[in-house]
Amino acid sequence: MQQSQQSETSERHKGEALPAQRIGQAFARASREGRCVLIPYLMCGFPSVEQSLEAILAAIEGGADLIELGLPFSDPLADGATIQHASHQALEQGINMAACLSIARQVAARSSVPLILMGYYNPLLAYGVQRFCREAAGAGACGLIIPDLPPEEAGPLLKAAHEEGLALIFLVPPTTPDERIATIVRIAAQEPRGFIYCVSLSGVTGARASLPPHLQSFIARVRRQSAPYGLPLAVGFGVSRPEHVAEIAGYADGAVVGSALVNLLERHAADRAAQRTAVRDYIRSLRERTARLP
Amino acid sequence: MQQHLEQQEHKTSAAEPYQHGAYPDARGRFGPYGGRFVPESLMPLLSELEAAYREARHDPAFEEELQELLRSFVGRPTPLYYVPRFSQLVAPGVRVYLKREDLAHTGAHKINNALGQGLLAKRMGKRRIIAETGAGQHGVATATVCAMLGLDCIIYMGAEDIERQSLNVFRMRLLGAEVRSVESGSRTLKDAINEAIRDWVTNVETTFYVIGSVVGPHPYPLMVRDFQSIIGREAREQILQLEGRLPDLIVACVGGGSNAMGIFYPFADAPEVRLLGVEAGGQGLATGQHAATLVAGRPGVLHGAFSYLLQNEDGQVLGTHSISAGLDYPGVGPEHSYMKDTERASYVAADDALALRGLQALSQSEGIIPALEPAHALGHLLEMGAQGELAPGSLVIVNLSGRGDKDMATVARELAVKIS
Repeated sequence: MQQSQQSETSERHKGEALPAQRIGQAFARASREGRCVLIPYLMCGFPSVEQSLEAILAAIEGGADLIELGLPFSDPLADGATIQHASHQALEQGINMAACLSIARQVAARSSVPLILMGYYNPLLAYGVQRFCREAAGAGACGLIIPDLPPEEAGPLLKAAHEEGLALIFLVPPTTPDERIATIVRIAAQEPRGFIYCVSLSGVTGARASLPPHLQSFIARVRRQSAPYGLPLAVGFGVSRPEHVAEIAGYADGAVVGSALVNLLERHAADRAAQRTAVRDYIRSLRERTARLP
Repeated sequence: MQQHLEQQEHKTSAAEPYQHGAYPDARGRFGPYGGRFVPESLMPLLSELEAAYREARHDPAFEEELQELLRSFVGRPTPLYYVPRFSQLVAPGVRVYLKREDLAHTGAHKINNALGQGLLAKRMGKRRIIAETGAGQHGVATATVCAMLGLDCIIYMGAEDIERQSLNVFRMRLLGAEVRSVESGSRTLKDAINEAIRDWVTNVETTFYVIGSVVGPHPYPLMVRDFQSIIGREAREQILQLEGRLPDLIVACVGGGSNAMGIFYPFADAPEVRLLGVEAGGQGLATGQHAATLVAGRPGVLHGAFSYLLQNEDGQVLGTHSISAGLDYPGVGPEHSYMKDTERASYVAADDALALRGLQALSQSEGIIPALEPAHALGHLLEMGAQGELAPGSLVIVNLSGRGDKDMATVARELAVKIS
């Protein structure tokens, strides 16, 4: 399977870089600079289509290395209250897949920061997985994160994503046994590839006051499996403060910040200029703590 | 895992007939339906659950305890009861039997499954039980089993369902369960399941999720079917004893589809028995205010399985409407989806008004007040009779999945509206 996928991929993208390679390049650049990458998450269409676009650009201005772009779903069962609310509000305003891809396209037109689309499986199925991957790649996306699609069910999407040069990024929570981590890493390491998304805790998304105590040993456990492949590790769920990012920079390659950013948008929803400034300054405050201190 | 990746395709057209006993396959699939579309946190747990379940079913001690409690605690076997006056209302010469799940302890079939899963949870050493409920029947059944087995019990219930099923909320609390109101989304069963899954992901090591229908990730559709199949196994034995032959038609209501699967499955190997599922037509299919997933939906992924789903063209799950909270669900069990595609069973919708007619007809002709859920099956049967679809001599079993006490406030309100 690996072989046939690679030949399909190289056929389609003959002579040009695969979109997913930009993910690896972002991690490599940060690594050369002695720091981890910062990956802000923003929901398409929240608080409005225009404001989400502005917020993404503000996050990039603040120093985002990659952007995770949320695709709203009516039943986001891996998400806590904050992102549920954002998803609900985005849908209330009538956003659909075409509008989400249009946001991605507009970001890609103005910035070279790699975009990763994060959404639940059913809207992709309804859109058609091949059509979705083709249009996502066309809109400038580099990778996909589908929280309700474990490797056992990911075959059709993995094939479609790889044909378009997109990485399919899997989540690994701390409850996963080592053998299973090894299997996931092996699948995730196939080109075109991205990173492993380490879920800091067993639970749903949402800002939390502190990182869980065993995070470092969990990351070390994943690292033992991923190191031979040179696959980067990013940490998400519950990350909200500069000191969280500083800690993660000590042992992982990236930090994802989602709910805290959505909360920030909510607080400044009434004043768009203030919203842009708040996002930029918040991301900047996190970015300043990405250095991998000795 | 690698091998699985190569095999799977989302085929939605069934090439083969339904083969009794062949599903689910090793990947939890009923044809293309089913599977495990869940966050990674749950994957090791689901494998562990599947192994523990298979082991339990092969352990004579587990089987013996289950059978004994089904007899002495639940009150099984439930009667298969001939209803002559209701049969007359359906059509001349038709013989209708009711499988009296309304007489099971707690008043509905839900206890069969809650008991089985409760015993499995205890065996696995999980003392914290969570469950979702729509009409409250599964919540009451789970709370009952937890009280009997000494397990902690948390029930997630949509805020709207809490309002319309206050009697069952009180019953659950009286039984010692904590009922958590779910305010997100449409505030009904679908959202209660979302919230239960979020709890499960968070407390994965201590918690057992007792799913109430033949839905969810593998092995739930299999486990719930197995625990509910007691209904059909008894009914098959009883009808042979009473009539000396298998029925021509079995009718059951379908929300998630557990009572229907429970009675269908043990007859599914007998091609002469027609299996008919009746979904909630709400205010009519044309209005969009309904919960007729198999009749009006198309395949998609919700709550861990690939199955028929009520969704808009963008893949967002639609809100549903039904007079009965127990059928008010946009998804359906994956095996029903496969039975539909393979034409082993057929599915129709009965609207709110027809369900009310079925409820009144059975109450007045036989002195049995059914729940609004099976009232959909009764109403549709009356309609079939009126349309001349049932030949004289037809032998019919309706699964009377629950009793109507919980629905009295709703029915009173609906009938009052109609009178004024």
